[in-house]
Amino acid sequence: MSPSEIGGIIAMQGFAGLSLFSVLLLMALGLAIIFGQMGVINMAHGEFMTIGAYTIYVFTTTAATYFPAFAPYSFLVAILGAFCIAFAAGYLAEYLLIRHLYRRPLDTLLATWGLSLGMQQIFRSTFGAKEVSPVIPEWLLGSVKPTEAIDIPINGLFVMGLTVLVTATVFLMLFKSRWGLRVRATVANRMMSNAAGINTKKVDRLTFAIGCGIAGVAGAAFTTIGSTGPTSGSLYIVDAFLTVTFGGAASLFGTIASAFGIAQTQSISEFFMTGSMAKVLTLLVVVTILMMRPQGLFASKVRR
Amino acid sequence: MHDHNRRQFLKTAAGATAALALSAHLSPAGAAVPPTAQVNTTGLAVTDAEVTVGDLHSKTGTMAISETGSIQAETLAIEQINAMGGVLGRKIKIIYEDGASDWPTFAEKSKKLLVNDKVAAVFGCWTSASRKAVLPVFEKENGLLYYPTFYEGLEQSKNVIYTGQEATQQILAGLDWVVKEKKAKTFYLIGSDYIWPRTSNKIARKHIENVLKLQVVGEEYYPLGHTSFNSLINKIKIKKPDVIYAIVVGGSNVAFYKQLKAAGVTSDKQTLLTISVTEDEILGIGGENVAGFYAAMKYFQSLDNDNNKKFVEAFKARWGKTAVIGDVTQAAYLGPWLWKAAVEKAGSFDVNKVAAASPGIELKTAPEGYVKVHENHHLWSKLRIGQAQKDGQYKVIHESGLLEPDPFPKGYQ
Repeated sequence: MSPSEIGGIIAMQGFAGLSLFSVLLLMALGLAIIFGQMGVINMAHGEFMTIGAYTIYVFTTTAATYFPAFAPYSFLVAILGAFCIAFAAGYLAEYLLIRHLYRRPLDTLLATWGLSLGMQQIFRSTFGAKEVSPVIPEWLLGSVKPTEAIDIPINGLFVMGLTVLVTATVFLMLFKSRWGLRVRATVANRMMSNAAGINTKKVDRLTFAIGCGIAGVAGAAFTTIGSTGPTSGSLYIVDAFLTVTFGGAASLFGTIASAFGIAQTQSISEFFMTGSMAKVLTLLVVVTILMMRPQGLFASKVRR
Repeated sequence: MHDHNRRQFLKTAAGATAALALSAHLSPAGAAVPPTAQVNTTGLAVTDAEVTVGDLHSKTGTMAISETGSIQAETLAIEQINAMGGVLGRKIKIIYEDGASDWPTFAEKSKKLLVNDKVAAVFGCWTSASRKAVLPVFEKENGLLYYPTFYEGLEQSKNVIYTGQEATQQILAGLDWVVKEKKAKTFYLIGSDYIWPRTSNKIARKHIENVLKLQVVGEEYYPLGHTSFNSLINKIKIKKPDVIYAIVVGGSNVAFYKQLKAAGVTSDKQTLLTISVTEDEILGIGGENVAGFYAAMKYFQSLDNDNNKKFVEAFKARWGKTAVIGDVTQAAYLGPWLWKAAVEKAGSFDVNKVAAASPGIELKTAPEGYVKVHENHHLWSKLRIGQAQKDGQYKVIHESGLLEPDPFPKGYQ
């Protein structure tokens, strides 16, 4: 192999790690808000992602059939649509189910697991059991070639860009908006926040819905790199929980650090050993670190 | 006690009278319908007008993606058989059970079908895991299972008819073709991490190294549901194999092909041969992501023969214009027809007699062309190579001769 080819492989491998990092971060963000800030173990997180994926499917195929001129841009609009629909579904789920179970974490786990099974069957009945493929616009396919030896996937760049955007928005909202202030107050001390006049129930509902909405955006983005089917969401749920738990539940910085760590460990080890062994190694590293630091990478500063 | 005996006597007497009366009864086709007592000596759910069979697939859960096509094909075949007058003058009634993508549930439901419902045959299962779960039940209760999926082989049972291909039928001829046509010298084997891809790749490796005397430059497995293949793709770029031999399944399949395309590994630069992407899978992957790659299967929807044209037309009329038909769906369609032929040859629904009558059964009306049941309960069949098209269909570019099934291949284990 020539030096330029080796350089190309190194560059692409570096990109593979960053790409996996942004995928993990995007899938974990919504969960980090719900699980981290509210302590709700949302087993249906993957299904809210699937809502996003199906939204893309419906929007893009409709656009391709009825408004062909608009088709190349329908994808971007569909992502906004995915947020709105997943947000609405999350709002409803909180109102009907989750709010009755806040003080019973194990029951929430069971209830949201049931919710996920129910949602899967709804997808199956509505869209059929088989996988579907959304119409991905031309500009999202293929790769950019900075040099002859390097192929940088455009869909990877797109997911990365979206991740940066969503993460930045979440941070701004959490630390600069009224809602963020109330969320942080509620997390820090619910009783006190109530006493100070914050409607914590409303905060909870909004927080849950925003988390679900972000899951929808993640699901929408992943249609460019993964499958769209009734059970697609379950492909991501384990990795999402892993990322959030490893990072330290209540810390968004922790989620970012942990997504980065897991992604690099996995993509580098995948390069030097077979896929299954790489997964074993990654999980081993995570478990070992969690044994030494049960609170995760970044401990929360909340007084318990 | 006395009462019981008397009741039993009356029952037997009534049965005998019914049987006598039946010998005169005629089927819709005009042929004499053999009496129930004669065609059913083992207490199966067979009446004078009806025979009950079971259909056991996953209607819910992860596997519903794949198994839906099989349910549809089996239902269609049975409806067509009923429209022709049924089997031995009896209409076929189907009891559907849902295995729910859960192997213990498959075992439980198969027991229910065999013990409570006394079905004459079961059409069902898709994954090897579900088949392994029900196998002891079928052998203990002496049931008959028609299993449609191409699979890894290494199994043979008196109680199972395998209507899909076993591994050697699907693998060897495909590798021979790619070596001859593409002058391939080096291979990269990739699979999802479970029994079928691993066994299949083991057979492929032995064939490549020992028979063809060529080189395997990489062999790798990824967990089911794995969705990031960028590192793997980089390794492929370093090794530069002539052929990628891919047995990736499920959600991973979609991610694998989308990411190959995004990394610039397309059919104009790279030959890829797969045995796990049927027309069903392309629905999820998207035709533009696999266009130009090759698949080795016994059936493609685009096969050009009269049987297949009729089958595709009937399938779409029954299940909708947009329905696609993959290899397994066609194999599932063969099940009821093979069972009908064996029952008629045996002149009985009794499982032992039907199983004994099965070897040698020919089906000239099969959509895939011609199949014949082997002594080992697998089918003689051809292998085709299809090239994936953008519209999600395959173009058939090669067809082998009739291949003998060999579930326990010597030198490949």
